[in-house]
This record gives sequence, structure tokens and C-alpha cells, in this order.
Amino acid sequence: MAKRFGFIIVIMAILIGSVVLVGYKQVQPIVIIASMIATTIAVATPLTLGALSGVFCERSGVVNIGIEGMMLAGAFFGWLASIYMNSIWGFSAMPSILVGVVAALISGGLFALLHAALSITFKVDQIIGGTVINILAAGITGFLNRQLFFEKGSIFGGHVPHAPGVLPALHIPITELFQKWCGANTGTCYTVGESLNKIVDQKPIAISAILLVFLSSYVLFNTRWGLRTRSVGEHPKAADTVGINVYFMRYANVIIGGLFAGLAGAYLTLESVPSFEPLMTNGRGFIALAAMIFGNWTPVGAWAASLLFGAAQALQINLQFFRELIPPNLAFLQQSYVVGLTPYLLTMIVLTGVVGKTIPPAADGKPYEK
Amino acid sequence: MQGSETKKKDAGRTKRLFRSALDAVLMPLLAIFTALVVGGIIIALAGGNPIQAYIGLFQGAFGSPQALSETAVWATPYIFAGLAVALAFKGGLFNIGAEGQIALGAVATAWVGYALPGLLGITIPAIIHIPLAIAMGILFGAIWAAIPGALKAYTGAHEVINTIMMNYIALNTVSFLLNGPMKDKDPLNVIARTPEIAATARLPAIFPGLRVHWGFVIALICAWLVWYLLWKTTLGFEIRTVGANPDAAKYAGINVKKLIVLTMAFSGALAGLAGAIEVVGLNFRHELGFAIGYGFDAIAIALLGKTHPLGVVLAAILFGGMRNGATRMQFLTQIPTDMISVIQGLILLFVAADEIIRYIYRIKAREERLVLTRGWGG
Repeated sequence: MAKRFGFIIVIMAILIGSVVLVGYKQVQPIVIIASMIATTIAVATPLTLGALSGVFCERSGVVNIGIEGMMLAGAFFGWLASIYMNSIWGFSAMPSILVGVVAALISGGLFALLHAALSITFKVDQIIGGTVINILAAGITGFLNRQLFFEKGSIFGGHVPHAPGVLPALHIPITELFQKWCGANTGTCYTVGESLNKIVDQKPIAISAILLVFLSSYVLFNTRWGLRTRSVGEHPKAADTVGINVYFMRYANVIIGGLFAGLAGAYLTLESVPSFEPLMTNGRGFIALAAMIFGNWTPVGAWAASLLFGAAQALQINLQFFRELIPPNLAFLQQSYVVGLTPYLLTMIVLTGVVGKTIPPAADGKPYEK
Repeated sequence: MQGSETKKKDAGRTKRLFRSALDAVLMPLLAIFTALVVGGIIIALAGGNPIQAYIGLFQGAFGSPQALSETAVWATPYIFAGLAVALAFKGGLFNIGAEGQIALGAVATAWVGYALPGLLGITIPAIIHIPLAIAMGILFGAIWAAIPGALKAYTGAHEVINTIMMNYIALNTVSFLLNGPMKDKDPLNVIARTPEIAATARLPAIFPGLRVHWGFVIALICAWLVWYLLWKTTLGFEIRTVGANPDAAKYAGINVKKLIVLTMAFSGALAGLAGAIEVVGLNFRHELGFAIGYGFDAIAIALLGKTHPLGVVLAAILFGGMRNGATRMQFLTQIPTDMISVIQGLILLFVAADEIIRYIYRIKAREERLVLTRGWGG
């Protein structure tokens, strides 16, 4: 795992370094680095939550390729609930958004319940179960979106409403503190404070994602629940023998995974932008799956991998600012396409075993028969 | 004594065979029926008339020569892609990457179609141009799937993850090509697509005035070829043996690693062919995103068809018919075409979880269970 973390840090340093290299003549390096880190944390949020979803499912022995579908369901129903609360039942914006977040959690959880029933009770091949989730979620959200908001029978018409707003960023007054320390509104000292503020001032779901990483890690490796979860994922028969209810543990963890995926969906429609588009998850669930494998089925590892994938995306976003400054020999970076490939290529490289061995839970994907 | 015992055994076997054949036909039909019932409930809840919707769906799919032609047009890529997934399943492999293989195959075919004549400075006769364009699509599809196959065989990396990753690499690459070097330079064009392919690279329509093209016939021939490969050749036997039990296959002297790569290459070739035929037979260019969703639909089709070529053809025609009929359904009853995705998801659900169907209709379970994957461990 140390090798894996080292690999992640090196690649991230290269990604951030290349933006600094492009823009340092115009903007102070520290400002660029701060901007990169801030963007990385924000865009990595749905990946982190999606990867945590996978960690809980798979640690208990249920393969989950339905993260994408659960995320999409969370995004749609969270958005839908906030619109109904706000414009139909007349609640003000903030409570509506919060109810939307709860609705996103519940819908993620319900799709997870279906996945759990398929894989645990009906013992369906779990990859097919996940495919069912993905197809159903895409179909139901697309159908309802059009049925509810489009003019009857038309393909383009109608007004698709926006959610009443997005969750606001939390402000921690670091800049003000530094201002007092440095005694000035300019200079390096002040810039440091301002840059730190940029990194720290994240929105609520982004912050909770980070807290959930450490909470999940603690739960999985330091509590009775975690031990039981891991034991039903590694050796269900042995767990059953000592009196652990394998089916219950698996159901519970898959549903917990669904809640995480639902929250990831809420990030997309209630924190990032206030609108929904069909299939808007756009593969994030699968990148999250890759991040989970990359991180060897551990919360912290999965988070690190999510940040790495997020940094690749942040590079594209931040390079937009320096478009004219990019030297010709680095022009290929501007092709968002080249950088866009990194998560997928890196995952394939990691899977070959070059950067440390990837070891899934022993009973992952295998239905348990008493 | 002995004679009667043999007879009894034979009778038992015939009965078992009959029951498994009945099962193979009955279960998918019941799954489709149940999905339509549940879909009907959803339509009713959404304020529509399910009976009217399904009548519209059926008319739109099979109600006229025009409708039949369009259904065949829709079904053609589904047959190829469904065969691709089914063939991999037979070899114990899960190819989730059909979508990427289709897109890449289509790009290669389109390039041969529109750029090669100019590059060589000659007009290539159709008899060479069409097969060449299709072959390039097949080749790229095969290579794209063989890579995860080789990674699985030689490093143990799971093909499900790698085919998903290769999907996104393919889609990003295709998007880059269609927005950049291969973009249609027509000043009126604003979308990501290639120029039209030369007339010499186009498959003719079968009947004048209808869009159904020879690709549909090629798809049916391919289904027969896959059946022949799997059940009438040594190679096919080896593929199925590796799929059923890789350890036993190894002891029997089969080169399992080579077989894995080969099976994936065959599977990708079929998916690439799906993309190639769409270009030479229907669209005459590659427009970005035409293959979206085909990968997952192909999985549903392969499973609904019980991974048998004949079943795949029937399932593909059903799925193609539903996609095609959806427009008429929307026109008649204002039920959005997206409803079809819901019904297809439900069909896959009931096909995969056949215990639900068995429970509803009180059908006794068979002993074997369809095992397609064995977790990430391989």
C-alpha cells in the first residue's frame, strides 16, 4: 500500500506541477497550487463518496458495479424533491435543499436494497445485478424527467426547472486571521492565508465526504461492526459458524453503500449545479469503482485515488485560465482528452500488479449459501 | 431387465431434456410478460393508458412493412453486440466493453470509407472498398477487446474493470478524433462527426424505399457462424470448456491463456462489426455517441437470449422492435420513449432473477444456476 500511496503522490505532484509550470509567470505558484487543491477536493467529492459506497458493499462480499445507477438515482430524486418542496409546497430554499439531500440518500438506499435483494437473496450474478441497477436507474430517471417536465408528447419542449439553489460554501475566517497576524492586506503572508482559505472553504457535502472517509476507516478497522463486515466478506462460512448473521451484515452494508452513492448524487444536483440532465453522472460511478480498486478496498486508499482522478480533472479546469500562456511543447496538455484518459489508464496499470498487488476481499462476488 | 432399465433411463433423459428446453423458452417469455405488466402499472401511474401504449408500441414495431424494416435496422447492431457478449459469456468472460469496441470499430470503418480513397488518390471499387472498410472495423474491435483479454490471461487483471476502462478510453479517443482530426470540415457542420463515406463503401438497401440493408442479413449469417463455431468446431468446444471450468480445461491440455485472448478478440470483432455495419449500411458516417447504451443493451440481449445465438437474434429483434415502436407509442399516448429503457431494465431484472418468476408462476427450479463471473479474484 505504501508503494501505491507513493505512486499517487508522485502523479499528483506532476499534475499540479505542470499547471504551476504553465502559469507561474502570471500567477504566484502558491495561488495556483491552492486553486488546484481546492478544485481537486471539490470535483473528487462524488468519486470519493462513490468509492466509499463500493468499499462497504465489497468488504461485505457484494460486488457493486451499480454505483453509477445509484448515484444517478440520488441526483435525480434529490433534485426532484427539492423542486417539489420549494415550488409546489412552498417551503423556502434551504429546507427544500436539505430535504432533497435526504431524498437522495433514500433513493440511493432503495436502489441498493434492490441490488442487495438480487445478489444476496436471489443469488443473481452480482455484476448482472449491478447492470440491472444501472439500466433501471437510467430508464426511470430519464422517463420521469421527461414525463414530469416536458410538454406532453414533445421531444424538446417544456421547462425543466432548477433546484431552488445549491448548498453554500462554509467560510472559515483564515484570511481574516492572517490579515491580523501579518498586519497587511498584501504580501506573501497574506496570500498564504488567502490560499489556505480557498482550500478550506468547501461546500458541506465535500467536507462531509472527507469526514466520512476517516469515519469509514475507523468503523471498518476498529469496531465490531467493521470486523463483522470484513469477516462476511472474507470467509462467510466461518463468520456464520461463530454466529454472525451473514445475510443481515451484507444487506446492511450494501444499503449503507447506497446511502453513500445517493449522497454523491446529491453533490451533483444540489451542491455543484442546481439542475439535472439525463445520464449526468457521466461515468463517475465507474471512476469511483476504479478508485476503490486503486485504493485496495480501503477508505483512505480509495480517497487518495479519488483525489488523484480529481486532480486530473482539476488540471483541465485550471488550465482554462492560462490558455494563451501554454508553451507549444506543452500544448498537448490543453487537449483535455489526453489528461481525461489518465484515470482509466492508471487504473489499468495498477490492475496489472506493477504498483503493488491488488487484493479483493476473498468472498467478493460470491453468493453465500447456508 | 437391462432393456427396460435403459428405456426408463432414456425416458428420464428425454423428459429432462424436454423440461430444460421448455425452461429455456418459457422463462424468458414469462420475464418479458412480467416486465410488460410492471411497465404497464408504471405507465398507468404516470397517467397513461397501458393497453393503448402497448398497441402503439406493437404497431410501431411490427405493424407495417415500413415498421418491420425499421425494426430490422434497429435490431442489426443489437444482434452483433448481443452475439459479442454471449460469445464471451460462453468462454467465461464478461465483456462490458461492447460500447467502446463498437465506437472504435465504427471510427476505423468510417476512416477507410471517407479518407482512404483520397489518400490513395484512386476510386476503390465497391467490391474491395466495402469489405475493406468492414474488415478494419472488425480488426479494431478485436484489438480493443483483446487487450483486456491479454491483461486477464497474463496478469490476472479482471476483464470487467478493464473493459469498462477501455470503454471510456475509446469514447474519449473517439470524441477527440471526431472533434479534431476526423471532423467533418463542411462549413455548415457544427457537430462531432466524420465526413460521409464514399459511395463505393456503402452497403445497398435490400428493398427499394425501405431502410433495411444487407447488414441485417450479415447479422443473421454471423449468428449462424457463432453457433457453428461454438458447437461444431474444436475451437468452440475449447472455448466452452474454458468457460465451464478453466481448471479442467487446463488439465485437458487446453492453452487457457491463449483461449481467453482469442475469445475476447472474437467478442470484440463482433462488436466492431456492429459499429462497422452501422457506418457502411445506415449512417454512412460516424456521428459521436451513436452507440451510447448499446453495451448495456447487449448484455440484456445476451442474457434474455440465454447466450444462445438463436436466442440472441430473437431478443435483439424484440429490443429493436421496442426501440422502434417507442416513437409511435409516444405519438399515440404521450408516454415518453424512455419508458422502453425501464421495460428493458425490468426484463433484464426478471431474466437474471428468475427465482422471482418461478415464485410468481410456481415453476419448479432447476438444479444448475447460470454462473457467469466469479468475483474480482478471477
